[in-house]
Amino acid sequence: MKNRTTVERKSERELVVTRTFNGPARIVFEAWTKPELLKRWWAPKSTGVSLLSCEADVRVGGRYRFEFGHEASKPMVFFGRYIEVTPHSRLVWTNDESDDGAVTTVTFDEKGGKTLLVMHELYPSKEALDGTIAGMEGGIPETFAQLDELLVTTQLAARTC
Amino acid sequence: MGVKAAGNAARARPPLACRQSVCYIQNYMVQYTRTGFDASFAALSDATRRGVLEQLGRADASITDLAEKFHMTLTGMKKHVGVLEQAGLVTTEKVGRVRTCKLGLSRLEEEAAWIERYRQLWDARFDELDNVVEELKRKVDGRKKRVSLPP
Repeated sequence: MKNRTTVERKSERELVVTRTFNGPARIVFEAWTKPELLKRWWAPKSTGVSLLSCEADVRVGGRYRFEFGHEASKPMVFFGRYIEVTPHSRLVWTNDESDDGAVTTVTFDEKGGKTLLVMHELYPSKEALDGTIAGMEGGIPETFAQLDELLVTTQLAARTC
Repeated sequence: MGVKAAGNAARARPPLACRQSVCYIQNYMVQYTRTGFDASFAALSDATRRGVLEQLGRADASITDLAEKFHMTLTGMKKHVGVLEQAGLVTTEKVGRVRTCKLGLSRLEEEAAWIERYRQLWDARFDELDNVVEELKRKVDGRKKRVSLPP
């Protein structure tokens, strides 16, 4: 049976994601901390976006860098630093690609062979979280951005014809 | 904050070209919502509907206004607005006898929609993570079995 993922805005500055896994914390933690495993689930196929590269030096002060995208020339890059690494129970990292990036804390809580995972994202301000949410604006801006791109390409194509 | 203001004041929205640049960075999650994306593209495939969006980018308008501007019947315009509404590109609100159209969703709807998309992203990731966990479990079990086998 599939476990449920929940997301809740706990406060003006916090988002919390929870999910239970049918395995011990040691294993779930491993899947979050070994780049070769992380790679296998961080960019699921159903999303249509691929992970171009994934580096994660999971130790206190270590850095990570994920690159997503459809083409290598224009990747979307996410990076930051691990500020707390407690094997099998807790991971904390920064999201440094933006000044409004959150600090992410993931805890792994094992009970009876299952692991409750809680991912807590603390944004620097209410405006930062509001901005992140508003930035998506129902998917419109990016759609328009892609539309703009498409229009530019078609115009260029029309001009060269 | 510019991005936030865009959500609050549909009336004061800058043209599309400006709006998209503000929000383009980092919004990778949008790509995770294929269905919404397809609906948006379908909605945008029509010149009249693109015109309506541009018009609403300048100012909110009633269906009657839009029908006049685009030399269409009310019924025809209603259909176009319906498609845009379905794609989440436009919201409408009826006050008295007038239905006003504006770009995008309300702040609360926007937040709920964003949270749901974010949930879907993590749900998809965690489904894959389930597979990794299962595989690692099997490996551990295999090792245990090997260890417990008699020499």
